[in-house]
Amino acid sequence: MKYVLLAAVAVVTLAGAVLLGAAEVPLRDMVASPIVWQLRLPRAVLAFLVGGALGVSGVGLQALVRNPLADPFLLGLSGGAGLGAVVAIAFDLPGPWALPLAAFVGAVGAMALVYRLGLMGGAELDPRILLLGGVAVGAFAGAITTAIVSLAQATELRNAFLWLWGGFSGASWTTVLVMVVYAPLPLAVLAAAARPLDLLALGEEPAQYLGADVRRLKRLVYLAASLLTAAAVAVAGVIGFVGLVVPHVCRLVWGRLHRTLFPTAFLAGGILLVAADTLARTVVAPRELPVGIVTALLGVPVFAFLLRRWTVS
Amino acid sequence: MDRELILALSGVTCRYPGAPRDILQGVSLEVRAGEFHAVLGPNGSGKTTLVRTALGLVRPVEGHADILGRPASAWSRRELARVVGVLPQREDNLFPQRVRETVLLGRYPHLSLLGGMRATDRAAVERALVACDARDLADRWLWTLSGGEYQRIRLARALAQEPRLLVLDEPTASLDLRHEMELFELVRALVDAQGLAVLMITHHVNLAARFADRVLLLAEGRSAGAGAPGEVLTRETAERVFAWPVSIAPFEGRPQMIPLRPRKDAP
Repeated sequence: MKYVLLAAVAVVTLAGAVLLGAAEVPLRDMVASPIVWQLRLPRAVLAFLVGGALGVSGVGLQALVRNPLADPFLLGLSGGAGLGAVVAIAFDLPGPWALPLAAFVGAVGAMALVYRLGLMGGAELDPRILLLGGVAVGAFAGAITTAIVSLAQATELRNAFLWLWGGFSGASWTTVLVMVVYAPLPLAVLAAAARPLDLLALGEEPAQYLGADVRRLKRLVYLAASLLTAAAVAVAGVIGFVGLVVPHVCRLVWGRLHRTLFPTAFLAGGILLVAADTLARTVVAPRELPVGIVTALLGVPVFAFLLRRWTVS
Repeated sequence: MDRELILALSGVTCRYPGAPRDILQGVSLEVRAGEFHAVLGPNGSGKTTLVRTALGLVRPVEGHADILGRPASAWSRRELARVVGVLPQREDNLFPQRVRETVLLGRYPHLSLLGGMRATDRAAVERALVACDARDLADRWLWTLSGGEYQRIRLARALAQEPRLLVLDEPTASLDLRHEMELFELVRALVDAQGLAVLMITHHVNLAARFADRVLLLAEGRSAGAGAPGEVLTRETAERVFAWPVSIAPFEGRPQMIPLRPRKDAP
């Protein structure tokens, strides 16, 4: 039932994203319009996939670090991706894939560093160190990023700034294809971890007594969720709050079991980001807001509301 | 009376790197089906390490720990969770959940990766709730329960695993008298009715002496006595282990320990 509802909302949102835009496309020309086929549709589909990936990644990481305030970008990934992207912009790396690849490399580099830090205490991945290490690595990468930006030319600076706030203006069927090929593996790894993650909410030792191989689980979930986020950031920049707010909303509405949380967070994340992107490119048309600004403007009040509920109950 | 041997520790020695002395030294223990074992001893005597060794989380440097004849560390967590149910001392409740959901977690080691709950799983959950007199609580939120109810629910979750061995780590630590007695009575009834093997860590020497079939008294990582409560809990042993003067008085055939107040006016 909930999936039918979410799927229906998703279809409506996607349809809205295709129908609305700066350019007037008459309804009867929709099917043939290159604006629809080459711009709006791939952009909407990409936004949906990225939103879904961020939602699922947020669910996985919140369960992993056992902290309801965790966000996929809290673990240093955004810092690393931003650094990679700014390096690509500042050094004017050639080719259409230079920027997303550099961002991906930066994110994966930060992920590897944080992972290594998390293993400092021994063979067990320590979630507390993951969080602290993520914040530290993110701050370090952010410092270098700011240093580069402060030395850059004005136009480069603006590009870098816009990229850091995320957006889908570069969307094409090729980027959609990249996500479609890339995302299923980490998504499948997380889906297979759904029940053990339910157990992990009790704590690491109780989870083991209920049959979870906690050591393996933590590594797999960290790697899968991070790789998912790294891909999202590579194609769309840093889009905050989707990975934080969507898991909470889904948990409040549909309960805490991950077998439900993963699919609902995927659909809800996709819906949220398609809606946010539609707003981002229509409210100040023909200009565009970075979509990260819209998700933050929508997300922060929702989050404040959730925090209030949390502390009241 | 030849009951099946569920848990066997023999000559277990455990050492943590850098620790001044062995946490456990040459400790042996046999728990059979239908037996209630209590592990007693002061803080830091190695009780929790003993349990963690029995459950394959700590590897002994000497001796071995076997569950159903197989080394504890050779079991996968999932396989072991189908045979042993554990009530650890502490656990978190990160997100709000209902009682029935919590008890359902006990079925997880029995579920396949893709399959959902089957009728047998639901039946096991119902049986566990009934056994713990908790059917009325099934739809309540966990955070609305009292301490005693909460422990009953955790016990129900462990029973839903359909284990042969139940391990409890200080299950009555924060309970009042009535809930404490109810929990001991419940565990005893499960041992007698279902032939469950129980290993319980507790600080309640007197309740252990009344309910358990056998006790293991630990002192600084060594066994200070093992066997029927009446054999182990003598005044000399208890005073040495707990480092306090006590008197032992029999009650319903079991020894009860009464701590004495040191006399200041003694010559």
